[in-house]
Amino acid sequence: MRNQIVKKEKIASKTYSFWIYHPEIVSHYKPGQFIILRVTEKGERIPLTIVEVDREKEIFRIIFQVVGKSTRLLSKIDENEMILDILGPLGNEVRINKDVANILFVGGGIGIAPLFSKIKEFLKEKKLKGSVILGARSSENLILENEILEITRNIYITTDDGSKGKKGFVTDALRDLLNTNEDIDLVISAGPVKMMKKTVEIAKKNKIDILVSLNTLMIDGTGMCGGCRIEYDNKTRFTCVDGPVFDGYKVNFQQLIKRNNQYHSHECKIKNLEDNL
Amino acid sequence: MAVNPKDRPSEERINDFDEVNLGYTDEEAVKEAQRCKECGVCIKGCPVRINIPAFISQIKKKNFKRALSIIEKDNILPGICGRVCPQENQCEARCIMDNPINIGALERFLADKKVPKDIGIYPSKNNKKIAIVGSGPAGLTSAFELKKSGFEVVVYEALHKLGGVLRYGIPNFRLPDEIIDEEIEQLKKMGVQFRTNFLIGKTLYLDELLDKFDGIVIATGAGLPRYLKIPGENSIGVFFANEFLTRINLMKAYKFPEYHTPIYKGKKVVVIGGGNVAIDAARVARRLKSEVMICYRRLEEDMPARNEEIQHAKEEGIEIKTLLNPKKIISKDDGKIKKVKFVKMKTVGKQQDGRNAVVETEEYIDIETDIFIEAIGQIPNKIIQQNSKGLEFDSWNSLKIDENMETTKNNVWAAGDVVSGAATVIKAMGEAKKAAEKIIKEIGG
Repeated sequence: MRNQIVKKEKIASKTYSFWIYHPEIVSHYKPGQFIILRVTEKGERIPLTIVEVDREKEIFRIIFQVVGKSTRLLSKIDENEMILDILGPLGNEVRINKDVANILFVGGGIGIAPLFSKIKEFLKEKKLKGSVILGARSSENLILENEILEITRNIYITTDDGSKGKKGFVTDALRDLLNTNEDIDLVISAGPVKMMKKTVEIAKKNKIDILVSLNTLMIDGTGMCGGCRIEYDNKTRFTCVDGPVFDGYKVNFQQLIKRNNQYHSHECKIKNLEDNL
Repeated sequence: MAVNPKDRPSEERINDFDEVNLGYTDEEAVKEAQRCKECGVCIKGCPVRINIPAFISQIKKKNFKRALSIIEKDNILPGICGRVCPQENQCEARCIMDNPINIGALERFLADKKVPKDIGIYPSKNNKKIAIVGSGPAGLTSAFELKKSGFEVVVYEALHKLGGVLRYGIPNFRLPDEIIDEEIEQLKKMGVQFRTNFLIGKTLYLDELLDKFDGIVIATGAGLPRYLKIPGENSIGVFFANEFLTRINLMKAYKFPEYHTPIYKGKKVVVIGGGNVAIDAARVARRLKSEVMICYRRLEEDMPARNEEIQHAKEEGIEIKTLLNPKKIISKDDGKIKKVKFVKMKTVGKQQDGRNAVVETEEYIDIETDIFIEAIGQIPNKIIQQNSKGLEFDSWNSLKIDENMETTKNNVWAAGDVVSGAATVIKAMGEAKKAAEKIIKEIGG
C-alpha cells in the first residue's frame, strides 16, 4: 500500500530510518529531491530529504532525528503502518558542472542524510572521485558510516567529544583536507546552518566552489507560500522550488539563521507542555 | 424593502473564526424572493448561467428542494458561490430593481437548508477518461460538468486537502470548511475520484497523464505570490499573504498548540494591498488580537476587494490608510521587522478602468509594525510543465489558450486563474464550464 513503512530502524541516538512504499515518488525521484509528510490530522507538514531509493521494490528512504513534537510522532509509527500524507518528490535534482572530477562531501549530524543522496549519485552512480568528511557530536550520533564505506574508503570522521575519529569539528577536517589535497574542485556540504556557513567560508578562502543543501521552514513545498525563502545573490529565492541545493557563495546565511529561529519560542512552548505531561 | 441577512456583531466575531454572515431564515428568504419580478436579466450576469428567476420562483412557493435542484443543474457549489461570488458585479449588477435582489444570499440560503439532495450517480458512459489538475473552483466545476456527461473523472490535488484556494486562501469566517467538504462530497457521490498529495510535474508528469487519459483540464490556479521586491523583505515578521493565510486556513495555526503548525504573532500588523486577499489577511490578524492597518496605494474606492468585506473589516476595527506605497523594510539587529518606510502617493486623474491613477510624491512616512503582510497578487505556478513539453505561458505566467480553452498542447484544456491570472471564483467556474463543454463536443459526451 502506498505510504506504508516497510522497514523501520533506529540507527542512532533519537535517529530513525524508514523505508516507505510509494511507486510514483520512487519512479520520479532525482537525487537531491525531498518529500513533505504529515503524521496526523492536526499535524505540521514536515520536509525531509529522500536519502535513497530502491527502484525494484518501489521504496524510498528517509532518515530523521526526533527534535520536536512532529518528529516524535513520526518516530512512533510502526513498521507496516501508513504515513497519513506524503507529497513528492519535491525540489530539484542536484547538478554539478561537467568538468568536476573530485568532490569533497561534508556532512554534520543529521545533515549526513541529505548528503548521502549526493554521495550515492556522484561517487556510486556517476563514479566520480571523492572523499567524505562526517561529523557528529559523539559516536552514538554518527549515521550512515557503513553505507558510505561501501561506496568509498576515503572517509574522515570527527566527533565533538573524540569518541570516534578525530576530536573536533568537520570544519577542522575540511580546512586540513583543502590545504593538503589540491585535486578537489567542489565541496558539497549539508548539516546545521552554522556549520554550512563555516564550510562556505573555508571553501571561499581556498577558492573552491561549494554547494549547500538547505533545510528551511516550509509549508506547501510547491512555491505557494514563500515561507522557505532565502536571500540569494541579493535576490529572494524559494528553497522548495529553486533549491534545495544552492551555490554556497551566494546564500545569505546570517539571515537564514535568524529566519530558521522564527518559531523558536513556539517550539519551546510545545516542549514545555509535553514535559509537563 | 430589501431584506439583508444579519451579521454577527463585530465585537463578538473578532474573538473567533466562525462565520460572520448568519444567512437568511425561511421567512426572510421568502420575503426577499417575493420582491423579484422574475424578468431574468440576471442570468446574463452569471458566468455559469444559473436559472435565477426559476429558483427564486420556487423559494416564493417554499419549494426549497426544487429551488436547489434548479441551481444544481448548473452549479454544484452553491454554498461556496452564495458566499464568495462578487454577486454585486455579476447577477445582482444586472438586476432591474433599485435595490437589487440578494441573489447570492438566496443561493446560500438554499445550500444551507441541507435538504436531501438527489444529485444521483453518473455512471461512466462513454469510456472516456479525463484528468483534472487542481481541486479549486475551476477544477471542481469542470469535474462536475464532465461527470454529468458520462466521463470518468479523476481530480489531482497537490495539497493534503481538497478545495485549492477555497481551502488555503479564504478564511473560515467567510467560507467554513464544512461547506467545502459538503459540496465536494456531492461530487464524490456522483462518482468523481480524487487524489490528494499528487503534484503534476513532480509526482506524475503531464505527458504521463496524457498516456492514461483522453483529455486533461489544467486548473492549477494562481499559486505563486507576487511580492514587492523591496529591501528588507526577508526580515522576520514579513509574510506573503499566502503563507499567513495557509498557516491559518489550511493548517489551523490559530488553534496552536492543539494543531501543530505555529503562527508568528505581533501586536501591530500592517497589510499591503487592496484586494480580497488583503482584507482576508487583515481580518485574520485582527482575530489573532493584533492592531491591524491596511495600506493601499490608491484610494479606498479603487480597492478591488468586495465592498461588503471592506465594510466588515472596518467594523472589526481595521484601519485603512490610502495613498501609501512601501519602499523599504527596516529591521532590528535580531532580524525582526521594526518599521516600514512608505512614500506618499497622489492621484493624477483616472485610468482607463475608471480607477484613480497615482504617482509618488517626495514625502515619506515611517510606520512601526511587528508584522508586515504583502497581499499584492498571485500569478500561476508553472510546475505543471516540468518534465513535459509543449505548454506555453505568457510573460505573466498565464497559460496560453485558444478560443476553445485548449492549450498549445493537444488534448489539454485549461480554465480558471491559470489562464486569467488571479481573478474570482465564479469567473474560474465559468471558464471551467466552457472548457468542459468544448471537451464534451470534441471528445464526446
